[in-house]
Amino acid sequence: MRYHPFVLPFSFGLAFLLIYTSIIWIRWINRLSENDKQLLRKNLFSFNTLAAIREVFMESLMHRKIFRKNVFLGFMHMSLAFGWFMLILIGNLESRTYTAGRINPPYFPIFFKFFRHDLAPLKKLEAYFGFWMDFFLLIVLLGLSLAFIKRAHSKVLGIKRTTKHIIIDKIALTSLWFIFPLRLLAEGFSAALYKTGNFLTSFMGDEILSGIASPTLYLQAWWAYSIALGIFFITLPFSRYMHIPTEILLIFLRRYGVKEKEQHSSFTKIEINACSRCGICIDACPITALPESSETQSAYFLREMRYDKPTNNQNESCLLCMRCEEACPVGIEITRIRENERKEYQLFASESYNYLTSPKNAAKGKVAFFAGCMGHLTPGVIKATLALFKAANVNYTFIDEEGSICCGRPLMQNGQTDAGISLRQINKDLILNSGAEILVSSCPICTREFIEHYVLGIPVFHHSQYILELAMSKKLSFRNNSTKIVYHDPCELSRGLNIIEEPRQLLRLAGELIHSPENSGKQQSLCCGGSLGNTNLSANQRKSIAENTLSGILSDKADIVATACPLCKKSLACSNKNIEILDIAQIMLEALIAPKFIPENTVESTKMESNLTYSPEINSIISE
Amino acid sequence: MKDFGFSPMKNKVLNFDELNHDFHQWIAIQDSSFNLCIACGTCASTCSAGSYTHFSFRELCKDIRWGNAEKAMKESEKCMLCGKCSIACPRNINTRNIIKMVRKAAKTSPL
Repeated sequence: MRYHPFVLPFSFGLAFLLIYTSIIWIRWINRLSENDKQLLRKNLFSFNTLAAIREVFMESLMHRKIFRKNVFLGFMHMSLAFGWFMLILIGNLESRTYTAGRINPPYFPIFFKFFRHDLAPLKKLEAYFGFWMDFFLLIVLLGLSLAFIKRAHSKVLGIKRTTKHIIIDKIALTSLWFIFPLRLLAEGFSAALYKTGNFLTSFMGDEILSGIASPTLYLQAWWAYSIALGIFFITLPFSRYMHIPTEILLIFLRRYGVKEKEQHSSFTKIEINACSRCGICIDACPITALPESSETQSAYFLREMRYDKPTNNQNESCLLCMRCEEACPVGIEITRIRENERKEYQLFASESYNYLTSPKNAAKGKVAFFAGCMGHLTPGVIKATLALFKAANVNYTFIDEEGSICCGRPLMQNGQTDAGISLRQINKDLILNSGAEILVSSCPICTREFIEHYVLGIPVFHHSQYILELAMSKKLSFRNNSTKIVYHDPCELSRGLNIIEEPRQLLRLAGELIHSPENSGKQQSLCCGGSLGNTNLSANQRKSIAENTLSGILSDKADIVATACPLCKKSLACSNKNIEILDIAQIMLEALIAPKFIPENTVESTKMESNLTYSPEINSIISE
Repeated sequence: MKDFGFSPMKNKVLNFDELNHDFHQWIAIQDSSFNLCIACGTCASTCSAGSYTHFSFRELCKDIRWGNAEKAMKESEKCMLCGKCSIACPRNINTRNIIKMVRKAAKTSPL
């Protein structure tokens, strides 16, 4: 017997899935830009393809990135993906071996134990096939039980909150959960009635089902198994499980060099569909910590992008802190998609800033210092940075001393490209007019904008990098007064520019750097809540994000919280925690050994920025 | 009107009963923090655009309250969204959101 009507739900589902997926794939690839298609053609027969295959194996099947997050969570994903894949692979090998290489209908390997009860033609291989099929079925069932546990007690698997699913996801999820227990049941009946099982299925058949096994129940179990498969395949393209075929395509295209553009493209569609709503981004999102429930998190945002349109709240409440992007196991360029989604309305025209006259000829200097808007709100940071420059005899010029012109990043983050670009031009003139060879900014927001979007032709440094450079070249020397410092990574600096080690290296010269659980993960630091990418959160919400962040990085031992961003400094200072928050430049200035003079008294750290007192020698440098 | 022996200039007279409050109300619904403003002027003193032009958030609030929607829309375009005012504001007003709403009103005329 090679056919029975119960295979129909499965066969129909599989046919539908294959046809639908291939149509969608062709449509997506067809709609890629000409440039991307060229990349695809050029790289198709290159090592990139091999690298992509390896990545598909490591990420889509083994889920390596999730393993790194939590072993149980990784095992759950791996068991379902890799376990099922091995079941399909070994099942096919088994049935092909059985029929001596003859091509079988697609349902034949799946329902092999129904169609063939006499396994003698497999000869010696019978035991091997039987064992490995049962082994991987056991693995999948173990993963499934973890999935059950995750729904009830997600903390066991290392995540605090799981995704709230919509109805189509629930249907697909339920049918998926039924598939493997039903397979065990059906094969168990086969084992009970015809002795076809191995360690797992024959245990099931002999010990549990032997009493009730009957041909009717046996057939019903196989029907149920086939129906569960059929429902899963038909719901797959419309549910979150569309990520299974899409992630493979995404990995290949990404390896070929396809990226998100300045606006949505066909690639965006692929990225959106590659999201499995696994919910890892929900824990990563600082908004999750707020008491108000919201669906700002990327899993929900991408879901709305896929089915409809994100709400204003989803779109604009995001802080663009890039924490979800860092955590995303699929590597979706979420921040880019979010920024592009905000470009729908050009609220500001490029002529808006015609009132900004071309910059006055700033004083010339080798090093141009740009404080930026946020720098001007924290004069202490500017004062400290410039005092360090003076102490090191740097030939600098403070280019936006007279009044700051925004670097354009807040506008760009809010989707206002026309206006942002016009501001870039004005600042570019200002910088290049100074004749500087190096640009230093104390603001990570400006620094990132200068590095990534201004074409200046001169190196751009964040002040923490530059001060470290001065220290390394012995132009500045510091006294380690063993203050206990905990460092808060600004988003733009750590995730945006990957400047993580430099500030830490610098702080180690001034004091003892303390690690806390939240900031040892380097690129996973929390957002201070002040982000300029957000206009929607109320001041109270921002404050509670800042408090969360601060309690995350604080340990009892710390005396000072150091940061390297004037905006972080301002936001963290708003919270009620009684701790001093200082910019890295201020800390370094306190620890500075003034040139040609070693002060005898240690400089006492003071509470308020405005009251900061430095030793007389340093004061004289500042007032020079 | 009672005769005080002097009177305000005609073009400076503002009759609150006759003002058009629609725009003010629409903005207040979009962002409830709008009504917290006490016109202290901290925003204006820190404004980046304000050091180059007469634009200030305080003026903008006044125009919205007085029903000068058109003027508010025209002025709001000068803002660079740099965010200094929202950090400086002692009343925690979400200034950037209000400016974006005024701009949105200028583009989409929701009233």
